[in-house]
Amino acid sequence: MAFQILLNFFLAFLWMFLQVSFDGTTFFVGYLLGLIVLYGMRRFFKADFYMRRVLAVIYLTLLFFKELFMANIDVLKVILKPKLDIQPGIFALPIELKTDWEITLLANLITLTPGTLVIDVSDDQKILYVHAIDVPDVQDAIKGIKDSFEKAIMEVSR
Amino acid sequence: MTATAEIVIIIFLLLGVFLTLAAAFGVIRLPDVYTRNHAASKSATLGVMLILLACFLYFYLIEGHFSSRVLLGIAFIFITAPVGGHLISRAAYNSGVKLWEKSVRDDLKNKK
Repeated sequence: MAFQILLNFFLAFLWMFLQVSFDGTTFFVGYLLGLIVLYGMRRFFKADFYMRRVLAVIYLTLLFFKELFMANIDVLKVILKPKLDIQPGIFALPIELKTDWEITLLANLITLTPGTLVIDVSDDQKILYVHAIDVPDVQDAIKGIKDSFEKAIMEVSR
Repeated sequence: MTATAEIVIIIFLLLGVFLTLAAAFGVIRLPDVYTRNHAASKSATLGVMLILLACFLYFYLIEGHFSSRVLLGIAFIFITAPVGGHLISRAAYNSGVKLWEKSVRDDLKNKK
């Protein structure tokens, strides 16, 4: 992926030298043209066309912000409810992600999810220990959300 | 134009202050370290982010000054706050702080 971005920059500079005009606009036009060229030659690269990953990263960022908002509404409900009838607990969550940065991202995402907080990662990095603020209420719903998170992260890293 | 901008800024600011206040209430009211951490690491994060966003919008829309440092501050808080919450609760667990009324607890069996 980094190689494709570098190549795209190189093509943009090539365009600037062909045009003999060295400013931001020419660079931008050259970058767009390079993007089209790279898209046309995508089957010669080992990795996917890189714009797809950029879109996946943008999607993940938006997911982060949405989850932060939902989490706050949820916590607000728990705090401002007159009766304190929550049932907190720690449950283990098996994960499929492999590399360190994927797991870090997933842990951060889960911490910002409604009603969950990551407490520990097991030594073999296959289980996350998650503290939920309301176990019977949340557990099923959260499983689904987490599947979508893992999928979104895999979409970026694959 | 200025009037709508002012309304948006006021809404962001009040929402941020309200969330920070709610986080403070949560820290007082909830029963144990972990549940308090939920309140502190989520509500306070979004509260401070909203206050900073209102500050950024005020200087950009009313005074005409684009302050990129405030945007960087928002990004840094967004990245570091969940890590801080995670580390505090992990340190609490490893030093043997008990949970309140527990329902499920897998951690104890597997580790330690």
